[in-house]
Amino acid sequence: MDRRTTIKWMFAAAATAPSLQVSFAAGAEAMARDVAAGQQGYGTDPNLVAEWKPGGPWPLTLTEAGRLTTKALADLIIPADDHSPAASAVGIVEFIDEWISAPYPQQRGDREIVLPGLAWIDGESQKRFGKTFHAASEAQRAQIADDICSAAKATPELATAAKFFAKFRDLTAGGFYTTPVGMKDIGYVGNVPLATFDGPPIEALKKAGLA
Amino acid sequence: MSFVTAAAADKNTYDVIVVGSGAAGGQTAYTLAMEGARVLMLEAGRHYQPATETPMMQVNGDAPLRASGTPEKPFGFWDATIDGGWQVPGEPYTSASDDPARQFVWWRARMLGGRTNHWGRISLRNGPYDFKPHSRDGLGFDWPMSYEDLAPYYDKVEMLIGVYGANDGLENTPNSSPGVLLPPPKPRVSDLLIQDRSRKMGIPVVAGHRAVLTTALDHKRLPRLLHPGNAKAQKILAADMQKRAACFFATPCGRGCSIRANYQSTTVHLPPALDTGNLDIVTDAMVRSVNQRADGKAEGVTFIDRKTGAEHRVKARIVVLAASALESVRILLNSGVANSSGKVGKYIMDTVGANFGGQVPLLEDMPLHNEDGVDGLHLYTPWWLYKEQLAGKLGFARGYHFEFGGGRGMPSMGTGANLEWLNGGNYGRKFKEDARRYYGSFVGFAGRGEMIPNDDCYAELDPNVKDKFGIPVLRFHWKWSEHEIRQAEHMQKVAAEIIDAMGGRYATKPQSGDKAIKQGGIIIHEVGGAMMGTDPKKSVTNSYGQCWDMKNLFLTDGATLCSNADKNPTLTIMALAWRSAEHMLGLMKRKEL
Repeated sequence: MDRRTTIKWMFAAAATAPSLQVSFAAGAEAMARDVAAGQQGYGTDPNLVAEWKPGGPWPLTLTEAGRLTTKALADLIIPADDHSPAASAVGIVEFIDEWISAPYPQQRGDREIVLPGLAWIDGESQKRFGKTFHAASEAQRAQIADDICSAAKATPELATAAKFFAKFRDLTAGGFYTTPVGMKDIGYVGNVPLATFDGPPIEALKKAGLA
Repeated sequence: MSFVTAAAADKNTYDVIVVGSGAAGGQTAYTLAMEGARVLMLEAGRHYQPATETPMMQVNGDAPLRASGTPEKPFGFWDATIDGGWQVPGEPYTSASDDPARQFVWWRARMLGGRTNHWGRISLRNGPYDFKPHSRDGLGFDWPMSYEDLAPYYDKVEMLIGVYGANDGLENTPNSSPGVLLPPPKPRVSDLLIQDRSRKMGIPVVAGHRAVLTTALDHKRLPRLLHPGNAKAQKILAADMQKRAACFFATPCGRGCSIRANYQSTTVHLPPALDTGNLDIVTDAMVRSVNQRADGKAEGVTFIDRKTGAEHRVKARIVVLAASALESVRILLNSGVANSSGKVGKYIMDTVGANFGGQVPLLEDMPLHNEDGVDGLHLYTPWWLYKEQLAGKLGFARGYHFEFGGGRGMPSMGTGANLEWLNGGNYGRKFKEDARRYYGSFVGFAGRGEMIPNDDCYAELDPNVKDKFGIPVLRFHWKWSEHEIRQAEHMQKVAAEIIDAMGGRYATKPQSGDKAIKQGGIIIHEVGGAMMGTDPKKSVTNSYGQCWDMKNLFLTDGATLCSNADKNPTLTIMALAWRSAEHMLGLMKRKEL
């Protein structure tokens, strides 16, 4: 967590709810180590047929506390159901760590939303329930999520937290639905070689009112 | 002959030097080598081998950041582009204005085959109006040729590279000759829904045209048509066509294609040209300038070996610049040749671009089915308001087409994201249900329109800035006219109306034109800068891309285009290059060069 980010979040929090200031700033540093100064990306000519894993092109930075909070929140957003397992079962914690540790502008920007957000949600859980977010019960986690899962419904002092939740949910969803398990869950049945492309089945055309 | 070192190229003698290996360079070298000329090709980037380097079948989850775009890979991790993008390290360009609306951004690739390795493969012919725009509406410039002059070369290129499509006989949207096009792929559900609603609004939707083999090429028939009377060329091409597989309807085209089912210069133009023994290629060869002989003709070029920094001079009877429109312009300006008209760098154009998308409840919760198809557009909307436009009813003078897409494509970081405007924001099992429900229900329209050349859009040498090779760089001036801005507004408005007609919805309303229009250079259809014409005082080349001031110097890329029709320019560039190369062969045969 760099100083500039901390200050930015403190400012954003202070503007609406001075009482949140402490919980936004405190603990954010515990979520991740700094990205190394001068960290390079994968370059303009990476080997596209090599195997790539999180932690390969650049080091991961989440601490154990950061990983636990990430896991708890990702699994709250995408829990196991009849279709597929929870997000953490397919490597979402490692993916989010890769994302927020990447040296590119988009990801550095997201890091400035995600890390203070993780710290905030842990602090909020401590405040409400006296334990960290990952140690809280499912019902307790849901209680916090219910307050921030919708920007339209969130109270003004939780606007920043709602912005964090939306960002984290997008990262969790994109990370999950791009795995084989997630693609199967959502109903993607392509990426298989075919001798012919026959177009949509009649049931699909009927569904759209075209047959 | 084959891939050679810079030092080896110095010692050999060639008929023609071709600078660049993309659509223009590939086509020029192909036509010349197949017909017996000895060719040296110089490519600024590295050697590239699609057969072994293409990530076929990998899914987005296999890539860093789920294959999202980054400054190092702007179109995503799996995109075929090497050492390219709107910024190339060590090879800057500059803008004359600090205002983003007045800035042009320049995409380059540094690899064998250039941008053809990753391009969209959309292959549309210019129509008759597109060659005579000034005669039609009094704006811009007429070409020194007509559609009929180029039509035979459109046929040739389509037969060689393989283009699917249909002959719909629509206004200014030409048919190909019988037996030229490959069958188009079957439309997806979203395509058919867009087609149904568009037609009810009087908007045509027809088969797209793309350079993808929906069936294998006819290796018995086509080589005879492409190289009549040339048994050697026919034999080489027939053998090579049999090595190209038809599309197997999986894995995105932008990665390139190891089975050679789509067109890229590296899989279609260069292999047979190399098989003739008439083509040598030097990669990592950054051309600085065209050198002039005492008699005023081109002697050859000077290039810098990217790896060693050493300078080399190579010579030939003819020099062809096919380095991409603006890189060729840069070489001309740095050489100080072929510019007695003062028109080098003038009238650069991009395609007008504006996008608009929405969500369509009729497409929710579809039965599972595979919609990969040939990846790119199966159907598209050609421009349809020619008469209204000519009557002055639209407020902008030139047309556009829609490229649209929807359906159940390979999931990416956008999948399941940004649903809050639809479901109010949730999480948990309900969120997973919503992700399933909405997947495949989004449609997107990309308006792609004609820009009219204007005096405010040009490139010149920056007096102060040089690239890492010490070569002066381009400085760009840019300004859209009201024609383009109003056109962009129209694109979003009509796209929203089509979405309305499908019962769809959108997160934000259509924008005003100045906000809707993409920055100059974003669509990567930059052309112009060395316009062809009939008057040496007002143009740089004749219709063959032959420079008025230097008869053995040719331009075969997009630099010579007098207008930039809404039809994506690559197919036209290849047709022009084939025609130019034939002209060069005739001049050499008659000893005129």
